[in-house]
Amino acid sequence: MKNEWKSQNSDGSYTVRTCGWSPPGEHPVGCGMRLTVKDGRLVDVEGDEEHPITNGRLCVRCLSLPEYVHHPKRITTPMKRDPKDRGKDTWTPISWDEAWDIIIPKINQLKADHGAESIIVFGGTGREACLYYYPLAFASIGTPNVSQPISGWSCYGPRCAITDFILGAGYPEIDFAGNYPDRYDNPAFTLPKYVVTWGKNPLFSNPDGFFGHSIIDMMKRGTKIICIDPRVTWLGAHAEHVCQLRPGTDAALALGFLNVIINEELYDKEFVEKWCYGFEELKERVQQYPPKKVAEITWVSEETIVTVARIMAQEKPTSIQWGLAVDMNPNGVQLGHSILALTAITGNLDVPGGLTLGPPSSLLGKWRMETRRNLSEELWDKRLGAKTWPAVGAAMATTHPDETLDTLESGKPYKLRMAWINSTNVLAPSSAVQPQRWYNALKKMELIVAQDLFHNPTTMALADIFLPLPTFAEHNGVVITNYGRNAITLGAMNEALRVGDTKSDLEVCMELGKRLHPDMWPFETVQDFFTNQLQPELGIDFEGLSELGVYQPEYTYKKYEKGLLRVDGEPGFNTVTGLVELKSTLFENWGDDALPYYQEPPYGPLSSPELFSEYPLILTSGARKPTSFHSEHRQIATLREIDPYPVVEFHPETAAKLGIGEGDWVELENMLGRCRMVAHLTATIHPKVCHAVHGWWYPEQDGEAPNLFGVWDANLNTMIPHKTIGKLGFGAPYKQMICKAKRVESSSIKD
Amino acid sequence: MERHGLLINYQFCSGCHSCEVACKNVLKLPRGKWGIKLLENGPWEVTPGKFEWDYVPTPTQLCDLCADRVAAGKKPSCVHHCLSQCMEYAPLDQLANRAAELGHKTAIFIP
Ligand code: SF4
Ligand code: SF4
Ligand code: SF4
Repeated sequence: MKNEWKSQNSDGSYTVRTCGWSPPGEHPVGCGMRLTVKDGRLVDVEGDEEHPITNGRLCVRCLSLPEYVHHPKRITTPMKRDPKDRGKDTWTPISWDEAWDIIIPKINQLKADHGAESIIVFGGTGREACLYYYPLAFASIGTPNVSQPISGWSCYGPRCAITDFILGAGYPEIDFAGNYPDRYDNPAFTLPKYVVTWGKNPLFSNPDGFFGHSIIDMMKRGTKIICIDPRVTWLGAHAEHVCQLRPGTDAALALGFLNVIINEELYDKEFVEKWCYGFEELKERVQQYPPKKVAEITWVSEETIVTVARIMAQEKPTSIQWGLAVDMNPNGVQLGHSILALTAITGNLDVPGGLTLGPPSSLLGKWRMETRRNLSEELWDKRLGAKTWPAVGAAMATTHPDETLDTLESGKPYKLRMAWINSTNVLAPSSAVQPQRWYNALKKMELIVAQDLFHNPTTMALADIFLPLPTFAEHNGVVITNYGRNAITLGAMNEALRVGDTKSDLEVCMELGKRLHPDMWPFETVQDFFTNQLQPELGIDFEGLSELGVYQPEYTYKKYEKGLLRVDGEPGFNTVTGLVELKSTLFENWGDDALPYYQEPPYGPLSSPELFSEYPLILTSGARKPTSFHSEHRQIATLREIDPYPVVEFHPETAAKLGIGEGDWVELENMLGRCRMVAHLTATIHPKVCHAVHGWWYPEQDGEAPNLFGVWDANLNTMIPHKTIGKLGFGAPYKQMICKAKRVESSSIKD
Repeated sequence: MERHGLLINYQFCSGCHSCEVACKNVLKLPRGKWGIKLLENGPWEVTPGKFEWDYVPTPTQLCDLCADRVAAGKKPSCVHHCLSQCMEYAPLDQLANRAAELGHKTAIFIP
């Protein structure tokens, strides 16, 4: 890439090269682009052809960025509202100093009277804030309580935790030659023969920084696809095999594959011998899952199970890209364990074209770890739910999400008094389940601060202070795939303009931190901060990264042979046994089965036959569209033109029986809640299953309570139970509920 | 001048809509108007479980093949931003050869 990252144009405008992250929300893909600014307005976004991964390509969210940046409803100055007026649109603009003058004395008073643990920071998924809400809590405010309010921590956390427990490594990502400047042509790379997308649609989810359309790049070069998904997606229609399974039965399918591979002796004997622990026990366990039985459980034909299992073992390299469906499942730990076992015993771990593994320490992760040093052991011990759920406590630096709601409601073991909502729209159906309970519980807070760019149902319902964020076009930063846990690229994010009086997540951390814990924040500027992080690992300063554009760390395969996975530098894996734990030492210690097993979804034909006779459809959810990031982007007209309404998919036969036609408004209901969406009929879904999208609310509607931008109308999360989670505290049934459906006249539940 | 067109290798078009929005940006089109519009064929079952499901972006009468961008040495905006890189812009005879090379599910549009 060229060194020059900022250039002046002849018409008085200027162009800044940057790599995208968020806000607007998105995973850390870091697509390269050039932003042109004229007279203080972002006038053009052009993909950067020099970017090694994206080559100029952009999705509709960045292509419509100017609309987001200059949206008339955007909030660009701090605001306050009397806590008595929560739910009313009675906001007054204030200065940042006034905001600090309200927030800081309150934090100090709560710390003095009730301890810092009475303050909690809520963060969401994917956004750049993921790097900063932990430091915000630990090093700026000084509380040990950070919460991602998603039942069973069902987003990325479980997969990272499982990888840590079983492999002792950073996040596993399929090899797509992302580490090589010359990409697929690099001689060290091998094109995967097959990529298995499991509970994931990477094309539109760009998961955790993986540029989804890399899958298409590889298909063009000859990679074949296997999709494991309850729906036949577009990618599925272009795949060689689809395992269209019953939602939530994935672990049975994985154990069925293992059964075939082990019993037919198709596994990599040398790898198993040298690097795996517990193979004999796993072999014995998988005898409980013969393909015939697995076919009955999963609805995937016996023939497909056997064929796909053989491909996974015999066509090398094959990589499995696991998705959110691993997390959103109370049986997900066992599923994740099985998928890693499949990868390991087929010899596809840490090899060219297989599954790459991050080294044990994250790129640029040191500072983030060190921010915890601001908390005493005593304070750290007060982290909500960490002792009750030791697996979650060990792997995540957060509270246990479900335990957090219990505490908010009960005041036990202590009362939470102040909430800081950093990057989550708690009430919208994107993370928290039983959102009405969160709503009522959060109302009790003495002070709620929220950082965002637009009002959303959560800020309107609950916030007292609104701190406006800049978009990624408006601040300096870095974007790092997998948050550094398996860094493929590290991109420079360069400020091109600034609209209004906003502060980025890091700027807020620094300003607040300098006032409350100055020793933790010895940096003068944001650039200083990044230079301080970049120098020791890359030997460059922030300006150096801007000039570089994108840094691609080198990748070493078979790190386990070279002593690069273990902290002590010995060969092997960074686990208790030093091996891939097909049988987990830790799970056993925490009271779960050491070996993977299948467990029925909590609701369904077999586990709740009575309820199922009343709610006879299986409800799955959460498939992504390119037009939104979870609950974001609903106010962007260009994107709403493409996806105007929330959609629920039915098989045409099912719809016909229910008297539902294409485009009808439909109400879904179960024993816990209900929601309304527009019906779409498609034979790509099983007749017994329906799929509903998540993250919907209506920015065009009245924002005041009780309507709150229509947040209760399409609120699928009202239908998902609280604390129906896996034994280790991970995984909730977001994607395998039950419901019934009927045609209705409108989008609004009130009508 | 040699006539140019747009080639779409639609076996790889994922239906991402980037071409539509990239084009609206160039032509400055409001909602309800398109310089290129995505059409969808399917999904319908060819044999049980096997679906035909294609997206094909079709340039409209508003498409000027990005005359200004091309004059400035750039690719048309839709081609440049296409997530699947399944669009190409070139003189028609070159596109015909390219289509033959790609083999199947390829269309050439002269807007
Ligand atoms: S994936 Fe889309 S939203 Fe994310 S950085 Fe790339 S273009 Fe922007
Ligand atoms: S060539 Fe230009 S004008 Fe034509 S469809 Fe593509 S972007 Fe639009
Ligand atoms: S941008 Fe490319 S992949 Fe996306 S819809 Fe248009 S032609 Fe298809």
